[in-house]
Amino acid sequence: MLSFVGLGLSRNDISIKAIEEIKKADEVYAEFYTGRICDGIEKIEEITGRKIKVIGREEMEDGRDILNEAMTKKVCIISAGDAMAATTHVELRLRAMEMGIETRIIHGVSITTAAASALGLQIYKFGRIISLPRPYGDYFPLSPYDGIKENVEAGLHTLILLDTENEPMTANEAMEILMKMEERKKEGIFHDKALIAVLARVSCDDEIIKAGYLKEMVKMDFGKPLHSIVLPGKMHVMEAKALVEIAGAPEEIMNGL
Amino acid sequence: MGRKEENIKKAKALMYKPEKIRNIGVVAHIDHGKTTFSDNLLAGAGMISEDLAGTQLVLDYDEQEQARGITINAAAASMVHEYEGDEYLINLIDTPGHVDFGGDVTRAMRAVDGAIVVVCAVEGVMPQTETVLRQALRERVKPVLLINKVDRLINELKLDSDEMMKRFTKIITEVNKLIKKMAPDEFKEEWMVKPDNGTVAFGSALHNWAISVPYMKKTGITFKDIYEYLKKEDQRTLAKKAPIHEVTLNMVIQHLPNPKEAQKYRIPNIWHGDLNSPIGKAMVECDPSGPLSLMVTKIIIDPHAGEITFGRVFSGTLKEGQEVYISGMPKPYRIQQVAVMVGDSRIQVPEIPAGNIAAISGLKDAIAGSTVTGIPDVEPFESIKHISEPVVTVRVEAKKPSDLPKLVKVLRDVSKADPSIQVTINQETGEYLMSGMGELHLEITEYRIRNEHGIDILVSEPTVIYRETVRKKSPVFEGKSPNKHNYLYVEVEPLEPEIVKALLEGKIPENVKKFKKEVTKQLIDLGMDREEAKGVFGINGTNIITDVTKGIQHLNESKELLKQAFDEVCQAGPKAAEPLQGVKVRLVDAKLHEDAIHRGPAQLIPAMRNAIYGAMTLADPILLEPIQKVFISVPHELMGNVNRELNQRRAVILDIKSEGDMSIINAKAPVAEMFGFASAIRSATGGRVLWSTENMGFEPLPDFLQEDTTRKIRERKGLKPEPYTADHYRE
Repeated sequence: MLSFVGLGLSRNDISIKAIEEIKKADEVYAEFYTGRICDGIEKIEEITGRKIKVIGREEMEDGRDILNEAMTKKVCIISAGDAMAATTHVELRLRAMEMGIETRIIHGVSITTAAASALGLQIYKFGRIISLPRPYGDYFPLSPYDGIKENVEAGLHTLILLDTENEPMTANEAMEILMKMEERKKEGIFHDKALIAVLARVSCDDEIIKAGYLKEMVKMDFGKPLHSIVLPGKMHVMEAKALVEIAGAPEEIMNGL
Repeated sequence: MGRKEENIKKAKALMYKPEKIRNIGVVAHIDHGKTTFSDNLLAGAGMISEDLAGTQLVLDYDEQEQARGITINAAAASMVHEYEGDEYLINLIDTPGHVDFGGDVTRAMRAVDGAIVVVCAVEGVMPQTETVLRQALRERVKPVLLINKVDRLINELKLDSDEMMKRFTKIITEVNKLIKKMAPDEFKEEWMVKPDNGTVAFGSALHNWAISVPYMKKTGITFKDIYEYLKKEDQRTLAKKAPIHEVTLNMVIQHLPNPKEAQKYRIPNIWHGDLNSPIGKAMVECDPSGPLSLMVTKIIIDPHAGEITFGRVFSGTLKEGQEVYISGMPKPYRIQQVAVMVGDSRIQVPEIPAGNIAAISGLKDAIAGSTVTGIPDVEPFESIKHISEPVVTVRVEAKKPSDLPKLVKVLRDVSKADPSIQVTINQETGEYLMSGMGELHLEITEYRIRNEHGIDILVSEPTVIYRETVRKKSPVFEGKSPNKHNYLYVEVEPLEPEIVKALLEGKIPENVKKFKKEVTKQLIDLGMDREEAKGVFGINGTNIITDVTKGIQHLNESKELLKQAFDEVCQAGPKAAEPLQGVKVRLVDAKLHEDAIHRGPAQLIPAMRNAIYGAMTLADPILLEPIQKVFISVPHELMGNVNRELNQRRAVILDIKSEGDMSIINAKAPVAEMFGFASAIRSATGGRVLWSTENMGFEPLPDFLQEDTTRKIRERKGLKPEPYTADHYRE
């Protein structure tokens, strides 16, 4: 038996169903390289009474030990956000099914919906989600820019997820990278007055939700990670009002709406 | 004022008259008398005392060199010579004759416009004569010939006057054959050496005399006179009548080009920037008032003065205190001091104009080959081509663990001063590995670490560096990323031999990104399929990676990662983690994840690495071993002993010639079998032997040794004894 459990965004987001699933499990593994919760897992160990083993990318991607164990035991893999947001998990689930192992999913709150809710933007007006990798030597992929531009041209909002490998990226680092992309592409997406929303530690006690112009936002301190970014597209007057009231965006964004 | 001081004063004035300058090198096969000759030039020009010359070996300023009697480093010296009423400044660069130090010769050639090729009259043209001549001609350095040790023809070989002339003719013919073969097309005829026009001199460097046809005409001395003087064993009179420095420097001034003439045709060969730009024009014209450009040819670490950088000023004027840029470095550097070299003394000057050779302090991040300019972002000089690659490695450790940090620094300095020394760290074991051109090259470097840098080191037995290649085409192999969301499909096959050859000779630029058009054209011309040539996105050593897919989304921005994986694999193949040679990797298909984060470095680099490794294991992978040419000259009666020695070393005898009472053996042997040959051959012949070796690239290791050698290398590197099978790379 192999179950995939989404924890949500913070330690207090965990569902009753998830708690019961973890309690029943013989082994509990957690991976936090695809995403993290913004506070610790100790409380979850306390509530469920189970020891959680955090495993790295290699062990998770290899998956063979986990699958062998799941042949005879109840194995639970927990991750931040929703259970299937990380691509590796789908592949692991398919391999498990091939081996005749029963699988199930326990859903959790995900940033993909929470971002819209927190900012008051309409969820059906979001375009493709874009992740932003950290440049690596001469490797500086520009496809995220192209993806964002497609959304912008269609008038859609873009949720930008930040690289969490090694050290989670801050919104400031991300904005610097986006501006560097702009320098190369020169297609006018990330100019000084581009409206940007930053979501820091969503659903944690110290969450920060802030919207403003890129030029100012890049200088602000949003505290420790995890951070995400939303680039709003064409807004309904209600959405603009929400950004002003909830996220402190400049009032002039409502002009002409 | 002493003669030396007076000359220094004259030299300082002549620096400003390019038509009165000659930048020259002396090149030769080992023991043909090059250093003795260089010293006598300096002595004759009043730069050192005449009596000391020949024994003092000023140019061999490394104690080490004196002890071994061979020249290790190319050092520079300037001298003044009067010819037909005018004074000239001769900048002389001495170059090593031992093949282990080939890297130094190549770099020295970049700094000079002409070369005196010294050939021993007794031994004649030897393989390294060919090597050094090729290095000179490739840099468009014009040669003249000095046939040395002429006295030995008469005193030792007892030749008569006719036989002596025949011997000369033979040497000249052979040298011209080489020039014809290797000189640039436009100079093939013009650069032939001829006694009649004075591009050939004959003499004895040790006894300080030489003669040329023009000098005979001028002085009335004839070959017959020479023969008589030698018969009478009166070389002193000869040295008075025809001093070697007089005759050869006349030849240099008359026949070798001045920097103004030479830079016209040399710059387009060594610099690929815009020749019509201000700096391009200044270089072609050797203009001292234009923008500064200089190429670094050598770095020495002086125990007192620190790092001294040698270079040829091609344009502008190098000034003390000036700010300059080193290619590839973002910030400017301030020149602390500039100097000209006279033997082992550096004479500080306020500035050095175009056309001269400078010794500089303050350029701490320069390496041999760096381009130095007065303005930023100038196209660098074409990189200096190394004809030979390192083939021997030793493990180095500090005897006292507390010396380790110092050792790390010293190893870095050593490889900076001599770029043909490579230092790497074995990531598994933390050991420092030092590689060089041969056993002797490493021994000398070890000596320097101990004696000049004062670190007690332990050094392992030498091991040779192998290469890995494939013998056939592989099937398409699928490499998976760890997250299983990216698939790369790869084929490998042997790279076309003509292309491997061109790469070895440095004819194709490795920076594909920058020289895309040029690379594609050259590869097509060499017979590569057009589509394949267009898809090439990485060259590493003699290996090529090409993308022959069509229209795969996101592949373009991922290629940098695929190239990184390819570069890694080229350094360490699947068989024994040795570098690859002559492998062509074809990317034939790819499936990539939509989102950039799921196809980042941690995913695509392992996927590509596995794809290439897997494909190679299915393409009949083998080890290649380094091979040396071996030349041995030994009395007939000792042939048997030499043959026995060679037979034990898997050597193949290519031919045996007989000259007088000597046998000249021409053989080839694996470097791995040649360790300790020096003392073995000496004791086998009671020291009555002359021999030399030269690296000649890599050849397949015999089949019966493949498995065993692979296992030994793997064990030495701390790897599992057997290489992985294709299945391992499928996961």
